[in-house]
Amino acid sequence: MNSIHDMGGMHGFGPIEREENEPVFHHKWEGKALALARTGLAGGHFNLDEFRHAMEKISPVDYLSISYYERWLEGTIAMLEEKGVLDAGEVEQRMKEIS
Amino acid sequence: MTSNDDVALRVRALESLLLEKGLVEAPAIDEIIDLFENRLGPQNGARVIARAWSDPAFKARLLSNPTDAIVELGFEAVQGEDMVVVENTSRVHNIVVCTLCSCFPWATLGLPPVWYKSAPYRARAASDPRGVLAEFGTEIGQEAEVRVWDSNAELRYMVLPEKPAGTDGMSEDDLMPLVTRDSMIGVTKALDVGEVTP
Repeated sequence: MNSIHDMGGMHGFGPIEREENEPVFHHKWEGKALALARTGLAGGHFNLDEFRHAMEKISPVDYLSISYYERWLEGTIAMLEEKGVLDAGEVEQRMKEIS
Repeated sequence: MTSNDDVALRVRALESLLLEKGLVEAPAIDEIIDLFENRLGPQNGARVIARAWSDPAFKARLLSNPTDAIVELGFEAVQGEDMVVVENTSRVHNIVVCTLCSCFPWATLGLPPVWYKSAPYRARAASDPRGVLAEFGTEIGQEAEVRVWDSNAELRYMVLPEKPAGTDGMSEDDLMPLVTRDSMIGVTKALDVGEVTP
């Protein structure tokens, strides 16, 4: 699949920004997002290729504007909905209940 | 762009649903976070490289059968991936990228830094590796070839940096601080002895 994720050789992204003494996670939710994706993989609900494809299917505008671990989160939710583990809208409903 | 609070809420909602459905258990989540925060990281890769610099037989195994040689030191593959170790010399300088996303040798280097996953690095490491190296302050003479390795889910690359001058006779433990994460990605060389802060 040739979409925005296929970045090798693209022009125009500017200089590489680096951070000294970068933490493993910048926010607590990032570690949670990674852990939930990995438990989804470990539980056999989806495999690594399906998961990567779910992130590659994120629309190009969203792909560039959301952060790395948001892509993991959205990829995980998309896979769990596609596999019927979650109903569509279930996450949004739960967000309303706990906010 | 969603706000950080909104994303945190979305993660909490997903977590609460998966806990409720019995699909994950809280200790398993904590265990995974602890693994990535505390047990995986470039200190593991530095051990592998320092061993290769000190032990020619291990170095030969590391280059010919990297996955098994790395397991010898106790660093098991996290995603079932195969490892490839490429050696930097005065003639060849290797640099690793994942143009499609973020594939990285988790067992030896941990999670990748943000710049490795960023669009500028993924785009330009492939088309202008010497320019990228210059941005990292790494000058590679025209007499040396620069090779770029594009990682994927099944194959993860790690660079064996050149052993710095003036390190003959140093122990494996003393060599380890010279081996930085960036030198194992190939964007820099290993540190010289004088560059290590005690």
